[in-house]
Amino acid sequence: MDIQVRVWRQSGPQDKGQMVTYDVKDISPDASFLEMLDVLNEKLILDGDDPVAFDHDCREGICGMCGMMINGVAHGPERATTTCQLHMRHFKDGDVIDVEPWRAAAFPVIKDLVVNRGAFDGIIQSGGFITAPTGTAPDAHATPVPKPDADAAFEAATCIACGACVAACPNGSSMLFTAAKVAHLGLLPQGQPERDSRVVDMLDAQDAAGFGGCTNMGECAEVCPKGIPLNLIGRLNADYRKAVGKRR
Amino acid sequence: MQKAGPAKTVPAAKGKRRPAGARSSVVLKLVMAVTGLLLVGFLYAHMIGNLKIFFGAETFDHYAHWLRSIGTPLLPNDWYLWIQRFVLTVAAIAHIAIATILARRARKARPVRYAHRPKVQASYAARTMRWGGVIILLFIVYHILDLTTGTLNPHGAPGQPYANVVADFAPSRWYVTLFYTLSIVSVGFHLRHGLWSSIRTLGQQTKKGERVARAVALVLSVVLVVGYLSVPFAVLTGLVD
Repeated sequence: MDIQVRVWRQSGPQDKGQMVTYDVKDISPDASFLEMLDVLNEKLILDGDDPVAFDHDCREGICGMCGMMINGVAHGPERATTTCQLHMRHFKDGDVIDVEPWRAAAFPVIKDLVVNRGAFDGIIQSGGFITAPTGTAPDAHATPVPKPDADAAFEAATCIACGACVAACPNGSSMLFTAAKVAHLGLLPQGQPERDSRVVDMLDAQDAAGFGGCTNMGECAEVCPKGIPLNLIGRLNADYRKAVGKRR
Repeated sequence: MQKAGPAKTVPAAKGKRRPAGARSSVVLKLVMAVTGLLLVGFLYAHMIGNLKIFFGAETFDHYAHWLRSIGTPLLPNDWYLWIQRFVLTVAAIAHIAIATILARRARKARPVRYAHRPKVQASYAARTMRWGGVIILLFIVYHILDLTTGTLNPHGAPGQPYANVVADFAPSRWYVTLFYTLSIVSVGFHLRHGLWSSIRTLGQQTKKGERVARAVALVLSVVLVVGYLSVPFAVLTGLVD
């Protein structure tokens, strides 16, 4: 199939940047979206042009490195799918596809489609962990965890921190990311001692990094490749309210 | 619409402990939720009072005069009314001020817009919260000048609310009824998302509860719109005169 892509090109953080149109011919419908960009880059390199920079690593949908706005939707038109797992068969021959980087003040563009997601690391560093030394893996039954809690914690823990929630949010908010991390630890016994300080510190870090506030629009959960549920944001709000109440 | 210019570099947050305070967007949202719910409580009380117009001029005017004597003899006449007006004004100002702060933060959080951005999936109500709020504010100003002070009312006689309402929504003043209708529908949309969103902000966190909260928000919004619109349309159709 032959398509056209309009890709955001920006040579560096200080460059103004612009959308540039490229023809991509003879793409297999079975190619992934990233493989399509690989084909485009091969051609650009042969022509002596600068290839399109984009983040990627495992290409199995589990690492959280890839991600771009495809026709204005984070990770493209397929639900619960990362960009690397999106296949060209979901597009039609002759389509013009717009490809842009995540747009957020907290995610400055490094080059083309690559953004700096260090702000997420900042949120994690502020409290997204437990300080108890864990040693080697404990026996599975050493600390009993009710099955529903384990399932809910695991569901939250599947967040791969790709940043699609921020990219999709009309307010540029990272609430779903922070909510997933807070719920993941807060649902388990190991996360209890620091449950209050964690939620306050992580939300402080989120505000300080320049993310917007949540208005419960639900865009984040719509585009999340891991299907992190929106109700975790309610849990985050409740945890925060209780923690702040105790501090005063 | 893409804005030119390099993306601003924002340093990653440090894990420095600050007291949880008014800067937190979640605290700001909690204040918005509480003030919003307070204002909705008033809207419901106001609507129930309005519906007394269907029991005739005497009942309606009697009810309106009774409002001035709430709290007596503990409070002097009119005091309760002024306390309520003060509390509601403070709540409305806080609600609007915080909405402005959060809207500005949201704008700053995305300095470069997307070139291609389809309409988001969220409901029309959710997408129009900010501008809908502005329409509601303009309406409140007009509404107070119209039916509280009587300045913009064709009858405008103090102590005769029934006559003022009937004169206000006379068929010849269709444009007033039209503006009133638009404003009340705006309130309905605002509450459809606002009610559910405030419940979530206060900590509603189950999936089943989310469905219930959304349904309750929709029903309460529809009831409110129907209740308020029944009065001008009753006047317009001659049911109340």
